[in-house]
Amino acid sequence: MKKRTIKNIKIDVDKCNGCRACEVICSAFHAVPKYSSNNPARSRIRVIHDPLRDIYVPVYAGEYTVAECAGRDKYVIDGKEYDECAFCRAACPSREEFKEPDSGLPLKCDMCEGEEEPLCVKWCLVDALTYEEREEEVEVEEEEAPDEIEIGLETLINKHGLDKILDTVEQLAKDKG
Amino acid sequence: MRYAETGINLEIDLSRGNIEKVATDPKETELYLGGLGTNTKLLWDRVPPEVDAFSPDNLLIFGAGLLCGTPATGCNRTIVSTISPQTGLMAFSMMGGFWAPELKYAGYDKIVLRGKSPDLVYLWIHNDKVEIRDASHLRGKGAIETAEIIKRELNEPRAQVAAIGLAGENRVYYASIEQGRSSASRGGIGAVMGDKGVKAIAVRGTKDISVARPEEFLALCNEVLEYIKYREEHPIPGVMPILAGLGSPQEMKIHDEKWHTENFMWGNSRTRRKGFWTEEIEKEWTETMEKARTRLISCFNCPMKCGATISMPGLPTYMMKCFTKLTYTMAAYSDLDFGLRIAQKATEYGLDGFSAPQVMAFALELLENGILSKDDFPGMPEDNEGRFFYLLDMIVHRKGIGDTLAKGTYWAAKEIGNGAEDYAHNTIKKHEQLPLKLSMLNPIYFLMYSTGEKINITQIEGQFPQAPFPSREAREEFVKDWIQVPDEKFKQYFLDWEPRGENSIPYYPTVQMTCEIVDWQERMHYIDDALGQCAGLSSFPLKPPYHIHNYPKFISAGAGIAMDEEKLTEAAKRYRTLVRAINIRRGMRRKDEKPPENHWKHRFPELEKELLDTYYKFKGWNEEGIPTKETLESLGLDYVAREFLERGILSDDETAATDENREAVTETANQ
Ligand code: SF4
Ligand code: SF4
Ligand code: SF4
Repeated sequence: MKKRTIKNIKIDVDKCNGCRACEVICSAFHAVPKYSSNNPARSRIRVIHDPLRDIYVPVYAGEYTVAECAGRDKYVIDGKEYDECAFCRAACPSREEFKEPDSGLPLKCDMCEGEEEPLCVKWCLVDALTYEEREEEVEVEEEEAPDEIEIGLETLINKHGLDKILDTVEQLAKDKG
Repeated sequence: MRYAETGINLEIDLSRGNIEKVATDPKETELYLGGLGTNTKLLWDRVPPEVDAFSPDNLLIFGAGLLCGTPATGCNRTIVSTISPQTGLMAFSMMGGFWAPELKYAGYDKIVLRGKSPDLVYLWIHNDKVEIRDASHLRGKGAIETAEIIKRELNEPRAQVAAIGLAGENRVYYASIEQGRSSASRGGIGAVMGDKGVKAIAVRGTKDISVARPEEFLALCNEVLEYIKYREEHPIPGVMPILAGLGSPQEMKIHDEKWHTENFMWGNSRTRRKGFWTEEIEKEWTETMEKARTRLISCFNCPMKCGATISMPGLPTYMMKCFTKLTYTMAAYSDLDFGLRIAQKATEYGLDGFSAPQVMAFALELLENGILSKDDFPGMPEDNEGRFFYLLDMIVHRKGIGDTLAKGTYWAAKEIGNGAEDYAHNTIKKHEQLPLKLSMLNPIYFLMYSTGEKINITQIEGQFPQAPFPSREAREEFVKDWIQVPDEKFKQYFLDWEPRGENSIPYYPTVQMTCEIVDWQERMHYIDDALGQCAGLSSFPLKPPYHIHNYPKFISAGAGIAMDEEKLTEAAKRYRTLVRAINIRRGMRRKDEKPPENHWKHRFPELEKELLDTYYKFKGWNEEGIPTKETLESLGLDYVAREFLERGILSDDETAATDENREAVTETANQ
């Protein structure tokens, strides 16, 4: 048995004021070099925001998916109607959410690896986001999470096919060599 | 590489449908910073005084502040500058919300509009793609409604839309530009947008904004956030609630309106209703607000929640902030329920919530006093609230008397004549002011009202407490952690300021102290307007997180421009003087620099003269309020000095121009 820490961010949509500070700091943190630039479109958290319908839902980027859903549900919560897409954490082919704006490569929340506390939580002064940690016993060894290049390449392969990608890489290698 | 800014302006000639991306000169940013500063430079260079507000040659500039789009908390202002149809002077209204950062992310610092589109259009800016699109289907639509329709037809829920309503389309002189939870209201810039045939500007951007020294910049941002938390936990004791905390006045949050309703004037800035705020009213108004208010909301990257979503039964939802909560209510001597209802309509029409209610109350006052007759208001309902709704429609559609009223109290009174001018008693530089009538002249406010070219007192005041604290101990307590002062002497000024006796207003603060205090307050607002920083976290509240000591660091680390307090002060002085130069070139003189006639009951003509004389001198302006050649040259505004000499506004010996050519200038400006 092994212990692992589960990092959890609790979202209280009633407290969110739609300021998008969370998007700002997330994108700045993930810039290279760190904080050198900022672009909410690269953020791994998105605030689904429709003030006239009073919709304020921060959503974290989850796994990348190859295919979009065949059908989608609509939810009515507190009299407000939400499209299933609004809550979905996946980077999927049918929408631009959670993808790098230039490359289309998927983004995923990494809980601000290396920081004491997720930065979006730190920057959300109104406490719509709170951080929780708990220890959990796990039976199996954890699988190594695929790194960003792997996820990226997988997306590209899904989009263009393996051959095309290999050809392109070969071509690029030649050009650079 | 450019930091904080993009270095690109979007120039759109609406007459020819021409779109250009123009690289800007980084030297200009160093001299004028950005936002208001560089907007002003463009207006000086390209809009001579012969060009009036509704000329195709007038520019309408949407400038994002220098630090908008960076992680600097609360830095989200769009500064819209043009020539105001109402004042004939430079208008520079600011809006918060989300539009300016989005423009930056799309890759632009400013949108500069010139010419006039023959048909109603809207602009769609999506990163490099810029389109002028037909807006004929949006004619007559509400400002919020328009934004919704555009987002839907573009299938871009994340686009930020700045739009005008019918008031702007019909060139009402106090029409606003509305944008999400915010608006640029003062000076009638919505009318200029309508005159140019632009219904809306929709923006969506997904590019990066870089900062020069990332770690340092982030550390500064974190300090600001820490300080905001500290200030939230430490409201300032002994001042009214709206001044105790941060943010723009928390009108959406606070229910206790005793101070506003009993100290501000009702009707056409006419009647003070002492004792108005009873328990009954408080209960009723609190219920109204709590039922109407769905949520408190913020602007981009700011925790302060100064706005609210408002849903009145049976009416579309809209967003509100600040004092508009009360302006319609008080103009009509009505209740909050009415105020929130009519504000919904007025917001969709796109009207300045300060001016519009006063104009309507003014019209009814003229009717009551026989200056206008029943025939001027055909079909007007009998009931009080109904009359206000009626007038709102007449003005916005410019029907009958509404066509005259659409020009604001100053011009309407002139047009109506017959003694109407006595009723247009609450304007400065032809623009309606907060409805305040006070007792004793306050020297600080006298100077701010007179010389403030932002026209609005809330855009000039801040930093220094509005009144002395009753006890020495309280004052000592206050100055203890007053880190925002640019100079220690301000602490002493405040410590010695007594509510009564020798060291009380109007003779204390002394004339010299008053000049220094006003200059400091003004400087902070001007810096905010160049950086795009909301005044609510900087120049407006007491003890804000942004101040003269950390601003230079933000600019250095953010924009990569070497900056210190002195250089920043000088830059602010440079474009502040340039704003004045534009207005001077358009004919503004000392005679225009006065508070509303009956603003204070007790006046002190000699003291007032001395205040103005000394302040002009302090600023390096001559006795007519014209910046002297020496002042201009010391700020690197030689080109202004040259033109002033050429136009005879200044003469070679650097004194005021003669009376004849002064009049000549005024005339050209008014044509
Ligand atoms: S920072 Fe907090 S309040 Fe602001 S949008 Fe994100 S979750 Fe909402
Ligand atoms: S935890 Fe970190 S990576 Fe995840 S959304 Fe928040 S800021 Fe981004
Ligand atoms: S302080 Fe208030 S008005 Fe200013 S940016 Fe923040 S939320 Fe907007």
